Amino acid sequence: MTRINLTVDGQRVADDVEPRMLLVQYLREKLGKTGTVVGCDTSNCGACTVHLDGRSVKSCNVLAVQADGGEVTTIEGLAGEDGQLHPVQEAFRECHGLQCGYCTPGMIMQTVDLLAENPSPSEEAIRLGLEGNLCRCTGYHNIVRAVQHAAGTTGAAEGASA
Amino acid sequence: MTATQEPTARAEIGRDRRRKEDQRLITGRTRWTDNITLPGMLHLAMVRSPFPHARITGIETEAAKQSPNVVAVLTGADLGEAQGACINAWPVVPDQVTPAHVPMPSDRVAFAGETVAVVVARSAAEARDAAELVEVDYEELPAALELKESAEAHANGGALAHPDLGTNVSAVWRFDSAEAGTGGDVEAAIAEARENGIVIEREYRQQRLIPAFMEPRSTVVDPTGEQITVWSATQVPHILRFAMAATTGVPESKIRVIAPDVGGGFGGKLQQTPEEMITFAVARRLGKPVKYTETRSESLLAAHHGRDQWQRLTLAATKDGHVTGLKVDLLADLGAYVAIVGGGVPVLGAFMFNAIYKFPAYQFQTTNVLTNKTWTDAYRGAGRPEATFAIERLMDELAAELGKDPLEVREMNWIKHEEFPFTTVAGLEYDSGNYEAATARAKEMFGYDALRAEQAERRSRGDKVQLGIGVSTFTEMCGLAPSRVLGSLNYGAGGWEHAEVRMLATGKVEVVTGASAHGQGHETAFSQIVADRLGVPFEDIEVLHGDTQISHKGLDTYGSRSLVVGGEALVRAADKVIEKARPIAAHLLEASVDDLEFSAGRFAVKGTDQGMAITEIATAVFAAHNLPDGLEPSIDSEATFDPVNFNYPHGTHLCAVEVDTETGQVRLRSYACCDDIGNVINPLIVAGQVHGGLVQGIAQALWEEAVYDDNGTLVTGSFVDYLLPTAADTISFDLDHTTSPATTNSLGTKGVGEAGTIASTPAVVNAVVDALRPYGVHDVAMPCTPERVWRAINSGGSGGETTEAAAPHFDESEGAAQ
Amino acid sequence: MIPAAFEYVAPASVEEALAALAEHGDDAKIIAGGQSLLPVLRMRLNAPEWVIDLGRIASLRGVRDGGDHLAIGAMTTHHDVGQDPMVHEHALLISKAITHLADAQVRHRGTFGGALAHADPAGDLGAPALALDATFVVQGPGGTREIPAADFFVDLFETAISDDEILTEVRVPKYDGWGAAYEKFVRIAHQWPIVAVAATVRLEGDTIAEARIGLTNMGSTPVRARATEQMLAGQPATEEGVAAAAALAADGTTPPSDLNGDADYRRHLATVLTRRAVLAAAGRG
Repeated sequence: MTRINLTVDGQRVADDVEPRMLLVQYLREKLGKTGTVVGCDTSNCGACTVHLDGRSVKSCNVLAVQADGGEVTTIEGLAGEDGQLHPVQEAFRECHGLQCGYCTPGMIMQTVDLLAENPSPSEEAIRLGLEGNLCRCTGYHNIVRAVQHAAGTTGAAEGASA
Repeated sequence: MTATQEPTARAEIGRDRRRKEDQRLITGRTRWTDNITLPGMLHLAMVRSPFPHARITGIETEAAKQSPNVVAVLTGADLGEAQGACINAWPVVPDQVTPAHVPMPSDRVAFAGETVAVVVARSAAEARDAAELVEVDYEELPAALELKESAEAHANGGALAHPDLGTNVSAVWRFDSAEAGTGGDVEAAIAEARENGIVIEREYRQQRLIPAFMEPRSTVVDPTGEQITVWSATQVPHILRFAMAATTGVPESKIRVIAPDVGGGFGGKLQQTPEEMITFAVARRLGKPVKYTETRSESLLAAHHGRDQWQRLTLAATKDGHVTGLKVDLLADLGAYVAIVGGGVPVLGAFMFNAIYKFPAYQFQTTNVLTNKTWTDAYRGAGRPEATFAIERLMDELAAELGKDPLEVREMNWIKHEEFPFTTVAGLEYDSGNYEAATARAKEMFGYDALRAEQAERRSRGDKVQLGIGVSTFTEMCGLAPSRVLGSLNYGAGGWEHAEVRMLATGKVEVVTGASAHGQGHETAFSQIVADRLGVPFEDIEVLHGDTQISHKGLDTYGSRSLVVGGEALVRAADKVIEKARPIAAHLLEASVDDLEFSAGRFAVKGTDQGMAITEIATAVFAAHNLPDGLEPSIDSEATFDPVNFNYPHGTHLCAVEVDTETGQVRLRSYACCDDIGNVINPLIVAGQVHGGLVQGIAQALWEEAVYDDNGTLVTGSFVDYLLPTAADTISFDLDHTTSPATTNSLGTKGVGEAGTIASTPAVVNAVVDALRPYGVHDVAMPCTPERVWRAINSGGSGGETTEAAAPHFDESEGAAQ
Repeated sequence: MIPAAFEYVAPASVEEALAALAEHGDDAKIIAGGQSLLPVLRMRLNAPEWVIDLGRIASLRGVRDGGDHLAIGAMTTHHDVGQDPMVHEHALLISKAITHLADAQVRHRGTFGGALAHADPAGDLGAPALALDATFVVQGPGGTREIPAADFFVDLFETAISDDEILTEVRVPKYDGWGAAYEKFVRIAHQWPIVAVAATVRLEGDTIAEARIGLTNMGSTPVRARATEQMLAGQPATEEGVAAAAALAADGTTPPSDLNGDADYRRHLATVLTRRAVLAAAGRG
């Protein structure tokens, strides 16, 4: 067991963990942060994306011990304390950027990172910026709309009249 | 009395409501099965066969049992009959050859990935550690792997998937329009065309696909209550409960199945799986809650696959291009077992090869074949994508043969809008449609003529990047299904759906549906339907589903049925609520029932300003202080709806691709589609269904293929090699709708869940082939990989089969991998 | 899936890391960013008893101007290398290749040295490092030594780093004013390249004065397209001038055959992609 200390969604936590424990396991099993999910074992799908020290990472591809001393933000820590949704969360709902919702936490966390680096991305930049996140439901069309919506570069979703 | 709320001013049906489901999903407050943790819960790890076909000669479990925190290691022999069986619900012919499917066999494995032992430990990691220590001795048996060879094995001594059965042929199912009295003799039509017309003969491959829902399957079983509670990532909680009870002897009333949040299915979760049955058996045996969550590798390996057919096709036409006959001869790979729908998947396609065209003669035959590969079953579209692909590719080939525009040839042959309702050569009655209107709109959106001009220009200057235009004018049958029709096809269950509307005392409404959503947005769309019907606010409606104790009756979600069957059940239940409330309203308003009008949620006495909201009546019924004599104090209602017909959405899809003739790379340039799905409840949700469906269909055309090597090993065993497209590989789509309301349900709706997938695959492949026709190419096998396209250009043919192994990016590296 | 159990140590210095490596030897695996190693461990294709994490060694991180070269610390993330203005100025080819490497999340964790030491011939950094004649600095019990790129890649997943050594730095000579392009050919975006070509050229007017070309996934190691490089020198930077030289790009290569393409197709791709990469590097793409 190895002792780790980190801050997760603003809360300081400390635990003894097995070195082999993945960060995503730590979040889900030790902290109950089940909003972050696992979709694959090869780091292709991106469903487990969280922010570690301010940058998006795939939490299935980081050991919990590697995150020792770090600061983690998950989908559960994105909204404001008053429950105010993050603009990217709001945009995914507004633009119907999710269906089953399994990839959504990762998509949203990656989008937040993408927009932090490039606040007004082109459609191509959005599509490339999300290449590490798989979605099986939406065909990506409305995910791209949602990112554009959050960036303020376009209007609403396909099929929407408002 | 509760305050009367202003009735919703605007109709909910047709409105682009944002989804109720999303608040939880975008904030991570989700309840996936794998999120469920119970006190003392144990974890399972499966030991799976590496061989496609082998006798199990010994299983050594002692070392695993000694591993830390291991509670039990169990084999098929240990579990015995308690594990039940995996059922086939649709024996397509009376003498279907159906191998027994024991969830965990004790004597012989029939595909690589089949479970032979299960380890139970206090943590998932420890279960996996111990699973590595289980030693299984196998005696390898010859494996039936190649589909065409396997179909002939009984005649030539080839490998049998199940040696005791003596054949790999599970069933031969046939439809012939002359025999059925729905059309003429196809052989005569072909003979005539050989003399005086055109005969197009082709053989197409429907490659094996993997549904690849994003949430891996997971099952939690808690046996500690009076009922055994099963949470599972399933599309079919009701069917799963039935199958568990029917095959284990546990009374159905003692099993509660809950499908909590389910992360996608696409048909891939409509199974009763061995893993669910093993988990159920282990929990019962140990008396403790247990969980099994598969890895992605296990999911790709052992969750059912889809498609996998060879299609031999003969189309007969007159010299001027009027179709006269269609003959379809399929080989369908069922894999190692006949899955729950299994052999029914190709049969679901049987009625759709004739599609929107007026064929005078038609014959369909499928030979369903067992092999030592992962079992196959429904994958988005189930039978209909295969049919649509075949006919839409053939219509393009006919157009090429005639030197005509592919849309012109289709129009010559399709059912005119004034001809509906139309009884097809396959015996179905299409209720409504307008192929002319959808096509005209799609062409306009697409800029068809300008793209054809650009294509001609690129051809004439020999551009290395050629433009191809692909057409798909599809229809499908969905809304599974009229129970009588299912019965006539030997299907083991009906196709009705159930709904219930509960009027709560506080003015809220609970809607219970037997459909089981996993991303479709039922909670939103069904709320809209009920809001309009009962005149209660959208926000006050709660849709409950996916729990057999709450939704006690249902047939779940697949086959684009939820809205057209489940939605209609809901309408009928809501109407019953109104009718039950009417005498109570009359009583409370001291008026005659005949003087009441119900609109916008309110009973009003004609000609007066007196009235009462239905929610107020619900409160009055709760109190039950002042009801008419003899009336039960309830206006809650339920309804079960059995459709009289299938449902026939259609549409015209147009795809432009750019083909880099130097590398073979295909890039999507633009895609426009105009679908007719009848009346739309929520255009936002409909568009989402179409987008997602399109990409799954496009992915079959361009990217996805489950590949086995000669040893029967799945080579595409991870997302490194099973290629799901990303945002960077796809484009934005142009969508529109025409509306021919369905005549077989009161909302006039048609299914939309599968439309995009069914339509898009042939549109893309037609576009690729269209780009390459000047190079003498008339087919490219799916998926149209760059290598296949390049080979088709340079050496003819359709590009060859996918062979070879996966590249070892994650192989055991001896170097200093940092 | 979860890796098999292992012991873990996160040394604070290279010396401590070398001591840990000496102590645990064959039973140890070094983890840098872990973006290739962790999937291997999760799928239990490898199960080391010890994992030595270089992530706490600050001295291994960062890009330094070494005068005639850039010194890229082995533990610098792909993202940081890709964003570095010095790399953009002096080793544009590396910047170009990194924009195509894996995805954003992997670039945030994965490291420059880790990827090169992993030595996947389909990795995106080997061909640029080879084309630029980078020098690999490794440290072992006997001190440091420098390995030229031409000697670094030994075979599939095998480098010239000894079992008791650690890659600490990669030195890249400066190629100021050279144009660069990385042409990566994939079926879908999140794949490793089926073939990729890293090309950097120095122009004199409209003529290619020098060209350096590395090929990804055209053998068990990254390879140079030397015949093409030689033929390009002195050619006009035009489609015609480049095409004949590019046609030689696959000469002498032994590419793999796998799901994504047979060897002959890869050889063909290499010639097309080389032509495109050289023209793009010359600003004519």
